[in-house]
Formats: sequence, C-alpha cells, structure tokens
Amino acid sequence: MNNGLMMTTAEQFLFWIIGPIIVLGASALLFSKRAVLTACSVMVTMVGLAFLYVGLGSPFLGIVQVVVYTGAIMMLFVFVLMLVGVDVSDSFIETIRGQRWAGVLLGLGLLVVLSGAVFRSTFTFAIGTDAASNGNNAGAVAHLLFSDFAFTLEITGCLLIIAAMGAVILTHRVRLTRPITQGEMMEIRTKRGMRLTPPPAPGNYARHNAADVPAIDARGKIIEDSVPSALRMRGQVHNLRGLPQDLLEDKVPPTRRPDAAAPAIEAGTAGSSDSAGPRDTGGPPEPGDTAGPEVKP
Amino acid sequence: MTVSAYLILASVLFTIGTVTVMVRRNSIIVFMGVELMLNAANLAFLAFARMWGNVDGQLAAFFVMVVAAAEVVVGLAIIVSLFRTRRTVSVDDENLLRH
Repeated sequence: MNNGLMMTTAEQFLFWIIGPIIVLGASALLFSKRAVLTACSVMVTMVGLAFLYVGLGSPFLGIVQVVVYTGAIMMLFVFVLMLVGVDVSDSFIETIRGQRWAGVLLGLGLLVVLSGAVFRSTFTFAIGTDAASNGNNAGAVAHLLFSDFAFTLEITGCLLIIAAMGAVILTHRVRLTRPITQGEMMEIRTKRGMRLTPPPAPGNYARHNAADVPAIDARGKIIEDSVPSALRMRGQVHNLRGLPQDLLEDKVPPTRRPDAAAPAIEAGTAGSSDSAGPRDTGGPPEPGDTAGPEVKP
Repeated sequence: MTVSAYLILASVLFTIGTVTVMVRRNSIIVFMGVELMLNAANLAFLAFARMWGNVDGQLAAFFVMVVAAAEVVVGLAIIVSLFRTRRTVSVDDENLLRH
C-alpha cells in the first residue's frame, strides 16, 4: 500500500477523487446560507478525510475520524442546530464595511504563504508507516500512547472530564421559582374549570391520523382542542378531508398574526369544552349550534 | 508529489476554515470552521508521519482529535447558553462582555 517512494497510481486516484470532494464539502462553510446544509457538507468532508487517513497508512485514525468527528462532533453540531432553531440562516449583510473582502483577501494571502512554504521546501521521499506499524497500526499507536505518551494521555483524560463538567455547568439553569407540583396543578385546573383529563388525541379513524387533523366527537363535531395549540396558532389545522382551511376557516386565522392568535385559542377551548361536556352527549345537533362545524364526509 | 499534495490540500482546507472564521457570523458555522482547521492540521500530521516513517505524527493527530472533542463540548455549551440569554447565535450580537 505504502511503497514509500511515490504515490502509487491507486493512491493518486484516491487523492484526486476524494480531494475535490473534500474541498467542495468544505466550501459550503463559505457559501451555504443554511446551517444544517453546512453541517452535512462538513460531514462529507470529514468522511473524505477519513479515506485519506487510511490511504496515508493510518487506518486506526481513519476509523477514529469517522467515529469521533462524523459520529460525535458533527452530530453534536446538528443537535445544537436543532436546539437553537434550524431556520436560523446567516445574514450576508456586512456590519463592518469591507469585512468580507478583507477576510477573503487575508485568506488568499494565507493560502499563498502556506503553499509557498510547501513548494519551496524539499521533502524527503516518504518512508511509509508500514515498517513502523508492523502490520498493526492500532497496536503501534497504542504502544506509543501507553509508553512514551502515557502522561499526556492522563492529562488528556483530565481535560475530557473537565470539559464534560464545564459543559454541564455552562448549560445548567438555576431555577428561580419553586416548581408547581402535580397536585397544585390539578387544584388550579379545578378552580378555573379547566380540563382535568388529557386532551383527546388528534386524528380520526379511517381518514387521517396526522397531528394537524382534529378529532371528532360522538356527535360528529370537530374537537379543536385535540390539535396541538402551536398548529392552531399558526393556522395549520386541516379539515377532515386533509384539505387546509376548509371547514375551520372561520375558527382559525389563516396567518400567524400575533393579535389573531389569542382568539383562536379561545375559540378552540370554547368549542371543545362545549362538545366534550356531558350535557352534549345526548340530544340531536341543533342547526344553529356553532360549537364546531359538522362533518361532511 | 508524495507529501506536498497532501500539504497543499491541508493548506486549502486550513484557508477555508480561516476565511469561514473571519467572514461568517453564525457562531455555529464559525465553530465548524475551527474544526476544519484542526482537521487540516491532522492531515498534515499524518502526511508527515508517513514521510518520516513513524507513528508519532499519528499520535499527535489523535491528541488533536481528543482536544477537538473537548473543545466542541465546551464551545457548543457556550453557544447554547448564549442563545438562551440572548436568543441569537450571531457573533455580532455577542457583546455582553463589552458593557
């Protein structure tokens, strides 16, 4: 694999295939507006680098690269992206005048300096790590790690523990108020006449079980309370046929205006408490009853 | 050709990471740029390890990876706590230490 003198044809092939992919994936850092897209592209870069590591005679580090970088670090990035909101897109408006061009120029200067240093240096022919690895790359790394670098390894372990503790401390939130217990919550609900049971699940049999389709009660009325309130506020409640804003158009505002959100909740709770009440279970539906639109299958 | 090709690739990656840090303002993307710079250094380490025919360079890259993992944990925790207090991840708005 590593003949040591020159790149073999196979390695050149690998390099010239993987290298552009790596650079393309990395360039998403500069050009992509969506942070999630950037994270995915950087993942491609990391996997490509793992291929190159294996080609460079260190299969152990190639595997570690995939496990640590692609599996742990980039996953953590995506996790935090989901936490802070996927829709956060970077604005390309410059706050400091000319900062972008200055950054690009400085970067090009750095590239010129680095590649100039590489081109002006003379390198010995690569010896290759086959002899040093002795057929067992992970074993060779482990031997060195636990002999010459054992103290470094221990300090690195301390660093990892401190980092984990630091993350816990940094993201810890001190509770300023006493948490409401379950009993107190039920007391509040009883006093205010709120619903004591969990709300009915959204969706109805045989047609839709998606969360944006309201359930229907025994009289065939729509229970708006069954749809999550976030969907109700956004006006994303669908009717029973799965068509948006057909039956519930007078109930739910079509846009997510903040002033229009509050009546939607009130309408939803009023309609559901009416339809879910025990006095409604009997009796034929009155024509003038506006608690919920009737089902038209 | 052997080592210099890898070193040029590492230089390009390092430059992309640097420009990302200088230009972008989403702090998570800036952080990914830092990660890319560390990876470029790792690639150079491995290329040199192969050139000299020992595994010391691989060990250095291994430690870089460990430190990068620790750094990511702390950095992302800082980003999360900043986002919690300021509701933004833009590096332009993080001027809490200035006031």
